[in-house]
Amino acid sequence: MQIDRKTRFLTREEAIYFGLLAAVIFLILPLALDSFRLNLFGKYLTYAFVAIGLVLCWGAGGILSLGQGVFFGLGGYAMAMFLKLEASTPEATAIQSTPGIPDFMDWNQITALPWWWEPFNSLAFSLIAVVIVPVAFAFIIGVAMFRRRVGGVYFAIITQAIAAILTILIIGQQGFTGGVNGITDLRTLKGWDIRTDEAKEILYFVNAVLLFACLFAAQYVRRSKLGRLLIAMRDQEDRVRFSGYDVASFKIFVFCLGAAFAGIGGAMFTLQVGFMSPTLVGIVPSIEMVIFAAVGGRLSILGAVYGTLLVNWAKTTLSESFPELWLLGLGALFIAVVMFFPNGLAGLWSEQVMPRLRKLFAGRGAGARPPAAPVPANSASAPDSPAAKAAAE
Amino acid sequence: MFAGYSAGELTAIFAMQGFAGLILFSVFVLMALGLAIIFGQMGVINMAHGEFMILGAYVTYLVSNTFATHLPDLFSIYFFVAMALAFLASGALGMLVEWGLIRHLYRRPLDTLLATWGLSLILQQIYRSVFGAREVGVTVPNWMMGSLPLTDMIEVPINGLFVMALAVGISVAIYALMFRSRWGRQVRAINQNRVMAGAVGINTERTDRLTFGIGCGIAGVAGSAFTMIGSTGPTSGQLYIVDTFLVVVFGGAGSILGTIASAFTISQAQSVLEFFLSGSMAKVITLLVVVGILMLRPQGLFALKLRK
Repeated sequence: MQIDRKTRFLTREEAIYFGLLAAVIFLILPLALDSFRLNLFGKYLTYAFVAIGLVLCWGAGGILSLGQGVFFGLGGYAMAMFLKLEASTPEATAIQSTPGIPDFMDWNQITALPWWWEPFNSLAFSLIAVVIVPVAFAFIIGVAMFRRRVGGVYFAIITQAIAAILTILIIGQQGFTGGVNGITDLRTLKGWDIRTDEAKEILYFVNAVLLFACLFAAQYVRRSKLGRLLIAMRDQEDRVRFSGYDVASFKIFVFCLGAAFAGIGGAMFTLQVGFMSPTLVGIVPSIEMVIFAAVGGRLSILGAVYGTLLVNWAKTTLSESFPELWLLGLGALFIAVVMFFPNGLAGLWSEQVMPRLRKLFAGRGAGARPPAAPVPANSASAPDSPAAKAAAE
Repeated sequence: MFAGYSAGELTAIFAMQGFAGLILFSVFVLMALGLAIIFGQMGVINMAHGEFMILGAYVTYLVSNTFATHLPDLFSIYFFVAMALAFLASGALGMLVEWGLIRHLYRRPLDTLLATWGLSLILQQIYRSVFGAREVGVTVPNWMMGSLPLTDMIEVPINGLFVMALAVGISVAIYALMFRSRWGRQVRAINQNRVMAGAVGINTERTDRLTFGIGCGIAGVAGSAFTMIGSTGPTSGQLYIVDTFLVVVFGGAGSILGTIASAFTISQAQSVLEFFLSGSMAKVITLLVVVGILMLRPQGLFALKLRK
């Protein structure tokens, strides 16, 4: 058994992979890309936060949330509200009928700042809200659902409905939220102009550092006892429960952690792209975020980052030149990833590429390590699991 | 909230909104019945359900155009032909999808969800390439236009009545199929215990395919009925899918009566609220209440007692 190896924070192999990703994000991309493209990749990396959270929730825990866009949006809106208030000084908005409030409120005949906007005048409060609001929201959903042992497809459908509700609410309450355009025209962060090329480069690196912080946090969870319990719960939930563990608490924790990651990603999105809108909250973006994780490999946090970069890069390239092909390609990707390579890029790497590389350097590797674990059954009915695994292979 | 309305006006408002709610109810029932069969009886999440409906709507559009140019004399009855063709087209596509995609994923419901979402994207793009991105509408036959006045303040549109009649008809047909036919018995047997059903000689694979096909076919008929009350675009199906799933889950998956009851509750709540609040707030509140109730009672309104 390799329990000993598994409890180490990083195996030597994983350390190499982390190093490679760090080299890609901190060296290769900034050196190879111009400022505009780098900002674009910075935007993609904000989705990677969500994908990492999904690897923990879905890949490890078997909880598929189709509402991660909600948390991404809550984090993003918390940041955007602060930036918008900073941009809406009485001097800058002197032409409005009520100076000093965000422009979209003025357009909607609102004459005073709503009370729940007030705290967002403070940067400290906003930064805390970026994490706390999504986590609190996830906690409420998690407690309500997991305590009652709702899981699997029901959980997926209900989180999707929540994403739909929040989108309708944001679009409907135009005066308070900016409506379908979202919160736009964000300029400075404490007087520092976030729209210049330099600022965007700095934000890219801030984003990258935060991403690695989240990666390490996720790695820590996976290596801890909690991580192994999550996998045990995914495969045989009842056995874990009968062993005396409080299954719901673990699920709530990992769901909240995923929400926190998503919130941070959303805030970094707002900072780098300069707006936040309901198009990043709803059903479609939420389910697209799942495909980022699935393409990268639902069991691999590093794979999720590569998957996010790859899918988004393909999306930008394809929709620039062949807009009608993109949806077909994305649809085919959903089907292919489920039918033919359920472990994603990470699975292809560890099942196909690595064994061949090992063979190439035979003699040094001293035998093959077992390939990656088979795809999770994701099956609500526990007794089916072994058969499901067989079917999945 | 009620200030400024007289008692007679309030009655008329409630009656008219109630009737608007009944039309919405029929629409929900039509949408949800196919899904209730696929999700409730087979446990398959079909995210492309909306696209199967839209296929029915586009078939109706094509049939309507064909009748208008080639058989103008029979135009008043084209709708019945269109409905049959919509059922066949969506049903055939459904069986094809079951054979190519779904049957490989029966044990992985979450993966089915993702795969069918991919399918829905592909179908949307195909519709967009074939029929264009703009919404299309059909010409409603004359006898279906206008409205019936009941009192001087209350009147009901005929196309709404037609959709309601259709919803009732299809519900009865499905009830008969599920509980009075050989196929229905097989479906229920497989739902209760797949291995035993196979052991007593039911061809489970064929029944699955047929069930999926019938569910999709009903979606096609629903789409066909929608052309009577609204226009159709490539992404129309996606708008319905969340509502439809909530209706089915709220009703209790597997229970057809529950599906109808939940469609009734949701549609009535939404349409009455819509009059007093904005449309979006009415929808938000209705959905929130539904999600809230589902959190308290995850098994839905009518739960079938089944061994897992």
